[in-house]
Amino acid sequence: MADRLAARWWIVPVTAAGIAFLAALPLMVSAYTVSLLISMLAYTSLATSWAFFSGTTRYISLATAAFVGIGTYTVALLSDHLPLAVVLAIAPVVGFVIALGVGLSTLRLSGVYFVIFTFGLAELIKQLVIWYEINQTKTLARYIFVNASGTLIYELLLATAVVVISGVWWFSRARLGYALRVIGEDEMVARHSGIDTTRVKVLVFAATSAVMSLVGAVLSLRYTYVDPNIGFNSLVSFQVLIMALLGGIGRPWGPALGAIPLVLLFELLSGTFPHYFSIALGICFVVIVYFLPGGVMGLIDRGRKWLLPALRPGRGP
Amino acid sequence: MIFDVVLSGLVVGGMYGLIALGLNLQYGIARMMNLAYGEALMGGAYTAFWLFMLWKIDPLLSMLVSVPVAFCGNWLIYRYLLTPLVRRAANQDILEADTILVTFGLLFVFQGLALVQWGGEYRGYTYLAVPVDVLGAPVALNRLLAMGAALVLGLALYWVLRATRVGGALRAIAIDPVAAQLVAIDVPRLSALAFATGGAIMAVAGTLVSMFLSFNASIGIVYTLKALIVVIMGGVGRMLGCLMAGLILGFAEALGAWLVDPGLTLAINFALFLLILLVRPQGLFSRG
Repeated sequence: MADRLAARWWIVPVTAAGIAFLAALPLMVSAYTVSLLISMLAYTSLATSWAFFSGTTRYISLATAAFVGIGTYTVALLSDHLPLAVVLAIAPVVGFVIALGVGLSTLRLSGVYFVIFTFGLAELIKQLVIWYEINQTKTLARYIFVNASGTLIYELLLATAVVVISGVWWFSRARLGYALRVIGEDEMVARHSGIDTTRVKVLVFAATSAVMSLVGAVLSLRYTYVDPNIGFNSLVSFQVLIMALLGGIGRPWGPALGAIPLVLLFELLSGTFPHYFSIALGICFVVIVYFLPGGVMGLIDRGRKWLLPALRPGRGP
Repeated sequence: MIFDVVLSGLVVGGMYGLIALGLNLQYGIARMMNLAYGEALMGGAYTAFWLFMLWKIDPLLSMLVSVPVAFCGNWLIYRYLLTPLVRRAANQDILEADTILVTFGLLFVFQGLALVQWGGEYRGYTYLAVPVDVLGAPVALNRLLAMGAALVLGLALYWVLRATRVGGALRAIAIDPVAAQLVAIDVPRLSALAFATGGAIMAVAGTLVSMFLSFNASIGIVYTLKALIVVIMGGVGRMLGCLMAGLILGFAEALGAWLVDPGLTLAINFALFLLILLVRPQGLFSRG
């Protein structure tokens, strides 16, 4: 592995240059483009962290919307009282703690039970917030008065995305990544080979959920107005899932490859044919499962194998 | 007052029992988790609504259209969308993930089509809204009809499964599909039949629900969720357990709406779900 890394020494300067270019991008493009880029970065972080847990362990989580909403509401509740940096530091902690509780009670569920529970969790939190707002505060809406420019949001999300992708890259090569993959292959085997499956699952679930809350908190700076239906929009969970699947979940940068085209597609759809959004989302699901099982990454891998069989003599198909 | 709660729990609970039976046919016998399950209910409700609004056709007659359509539609989905996944899947986990994703896709397609066609607003119509005196409490006739139909259909289905040859074969598949094949049961054909029947039941439930509750294009997922909770409570593959669990959920919702707040019914659903998880996870959650 050290040899392979040494042979790819150029990756470091190229990545650094790429990040520097992305960081400078808001100075060069229009405000509309910046807002589009903000969505791409946000969904890249969400899809990458989703894929790190759900993609490797095969526990399909639809709780993304719940944790994004927790971040949003942390900002809505605290931004009047505390400095922005503190609020943004609190949001992932809240997400982490809640995810820890949820994980401990539900991660022994498998398959469809977990899917439904996480979907229900997002809806449950939304219902409780609606009920609380109507009965206690007597108003459904909250206002967020924070002076944050599009550029600031962009840079924060860029930093998040860089940290998330490099974190996933690092951990998938570490013991933790192997443990997750073994759990995904066969949980029984994982337990028998000495992996504390519950601890690994719960910790990774909580950590990736914390990232989702952070992204939700940063994104909320864009809004001036938020209500439970915006904050806990369950479509976000499905969009993140489909982005990760389109990109391919085996590689750290796979989900990003799915997030970018789908953000563009959804933006185009909601601008031109808002009613067909749901149909398009559904067709995306079906097409990806039937025709792109490994996502774009899988397609690239297959293309490589087909084009360059001679270059990889040691590996069978 | 408490009698009202019991009655309303009975009406809603009967409905939940019925939709859980249908889901049990799909998930317990055909072994396919169909998350687009509730869309058949949405379709049945809209069929009843439009036939009634446009041509004054009795909602009960509208089932002559919606039920065969739901049956054939679900059969086609099983045969041409889900069966290929079975052949492709390397193991049960991958198959489950694939079916969940595909049926989520179908859910969005159907919901989107309904949204484009009929918009997102809540619909409802007045049918048999005459009060009937039941032990001193007034109950709308449409609710009684819906409850009666749900219970009759539920028990009839139970009888078919218990007392007929086809029913026996279906129960054998629910217990062990491989062993069922060894005793000359045509598993693929009967599984498709069970799956399609589940969808048809959902269309009936949709017609009944539309008589006394308002609905919109995105109502399907709510009923899918409730059906699933009931199936998990009652036990996958267990029919009578499902009817009972449906009634329990109905009572719990009615009681919660009365004691706490009607806005919290969904919260009560999930509280019950969690409770069962904590109290009896192994018995209720074992995969047959």
